[in-house]
Amino acid sequence: MEIAANITLSALAQQFLVGLSRTTILFIVSSGLSLVLGVLRIPNVAHGSLYMLGAFLCYSISLFFGGGSTGFWMALVLAPLCVALISLAVERGLFCHLYDREHLMLLLFTFSFMLLFKDLVKLVWGSDYRSLSAPEILQGSFSVLGMPFPRYNLFLLVLGPLVALGLWFLTNKTKIGKIARAAAVDREMVAAVGINVSWVFAAVFVIGCFLAGLGGALVAPTQNITQGMDHTLIMETFLIVIIGGLGNIWGALLGALIFGLTDSMGVLIWPQFAIVFPYVAVVIVLMFRPKGLLKATW
Amino acid sequence: MPSRPMNWKSVVIGLGIVVLLLVAPLFLSRFYIYFLALILVTGLLATSLNIVLGFGGMYQFHHSVFYGVGAYSVALMITKTSLPAFVGFMVAPIVSALLAVVMGLICVRLSKLYFGMLQLSLGSLVWALVFRWYSFTGGDDGIHGIPLPSIISSINTSYYFTLIVTGICLALMYAVTNSPFGRIFQAIRDNPERSESIGVNVKLHQLVGQCIAGFFAGIAGVLFVTVEGSVFPDLMFWTLSLEILIMCLLGGWFTFLGPMLGAAIMVSLRTVVGVYTEYWTMVLAIILMLLIYFLPEGVLGYFLEKIKAHGSGVLREER
Repeated sequence: MEIAANITLSALAQQFLVGLSRTTILFIVSSGLSLVLGVLRIPNVAHGSLYMLGAFLCYSISLFFGGGSTGFWMALVLAPLCVALISLAVERGLFCHLYDREHLMLLLFTFSFMLLFKDLVKLVWGSDYRSLSAPEILQGSFSVLGMPFPRYNLFLLVLGPLVALGLWFLTNKTKIGKIARAAAVDREMVAAVGINVSWVFAAVFVIGCFLAGLGGALVAPTQNITQGMDHTLIMETFLIVIIGGLGNIWGALLGALIFGLTDSMGVLIWPQFAIVFPYVAVVIVLMFRPKGLLKATW
Repeated sequence: MPSRPMNWKSVVIGLGIVVLLLVAPLFLSRFYIYFLALILVTGLLATSLNIVLGFGGMYQFHHSVFYGVGAYSVALMITKTSLPAFVGFMVAPIVSALLAVVMGLICVRLSKLYFGMLQLSLGSLVWALVFRWYSFTGGDDGIHGIPLPSIISSINTSYYFTLIVTGICLALMYAVTNSPFGRIFQAIRDNPERSESIGVNVKLHQLVGQCIAGFFAGIAGVLFVTVEGSVFPDLMFWTLSLEILIMCLLGGWFTFLGPMLGAAIMVSLRTVVGVYTEYWTMVLAIILMLLIYFLPEGVLGYFLEKIKAHGSGVLREER
């Protein structure tokens, strides 16, 4: 067991960047979950399945357009949109009738969706894993303090803050964002001033699911696309949303940073138990700030 | 009164089920005996969850961690020490109960969703440790071929062992839920603030509830080892926790025997539908959605509501 044997500055820098790119994926997915939890109060366990669906769709759409760079860019745009469409159908068809049920019931209802999506993915794509290569411009790596760092991860690092800014703009500067924030606090009052809350909720749900699909599509070139890739991710995103503060976009960013960095730094400190570190961090945060680090909308 | 014959009927049905379970090994094949034993073990686990979930109103999101810790404790005691296996059987539930107290001490300060999330993260922490600690727990492979004492090593004797232990545990849990403690526990579920104001120590009761539920989940873990002869980290993965939550809901989480029924339905569905199609979870998912849509009280809860039985305390708990 080699503990702390290989910590050098360059390894530290490399792991830091790896952690940051992991953070980007975690942030994109968990900000969507946070939005849905904060505004609609649905603990959507199927969020991870939408992420998985995004990854599989990204693979298939990319093949449909002949693979390569064009295929990938098309897939990156279309796959999250397809996920958003599916979620729109689900929301309008089923969820919108269940908003006043107990949280536990909603949790179980979304869990049944998770089961459904799991088998649908198996039905359509089979049980083999798939892999997708990044477009040529993002292949290869460059060196950071003498250690190689993949170009694709740099792309993720650029995209993450853009998504964060976009979400901030959407929730704070647009009309629908303002209505959604108001509805999160008091939905009866918002309905009373003549706004159709139901459609605002649908829009928020769809945006949240779009982000899950986007996360899945973005992660597709970096890892094997498999069934069950949603299992650990959904738990991680839930914990991220909780430690960040329910419904708070910046909280999701902070939580994702904590999760991604403790994970990647854990690899340096104690590789065998690297997956334990984020959970320790979460427990410590929750012990001192049970309602999350930043202000929750609940 | 209509309640009288119902009471009588449910006693007859209950006795019938017990007799059937007792004579089952005489005419059922090995596979079905294993299947029944699995239902009993899972049912015991779900019932132990329901003590804190249905009777205590605590959102126990990661209950299977106590089940897994019980199973791992007995497996490690048998394979790593020279102590007799039955010592392991005794110690494992206590280990689970201790873990439940430790986790409870950290979690009971919070309530509802926040309680559940902290519990989930602590449980996942335990899972991650077990998953990676190859030299001690066998990591993601788990431990297989655990040598069991010869008296319960055949499928029939292990079935009877499971049946008897499950029966005793159910009786004990029923006694707990109907004891003064159980009544206070239900009062806390219905209104924690009011309970607090009449002088009930809410946190202490919740902690004791955690300890009891963890203990019985540990026993279920021990029984799993006697039935299966192996342990693996999936026993404490969060998906299992959600599955048993669903069993409670499916059977009716405000009834005592509902979780048992839910476990029977889930395990049977998996086995029976699994024979015809590999897409059994899809069938399960659709059934679940329909249930949540139309029967929010659960199957047993629904029928009890329909029949409006009051006499039988076994089947119905007043809300």
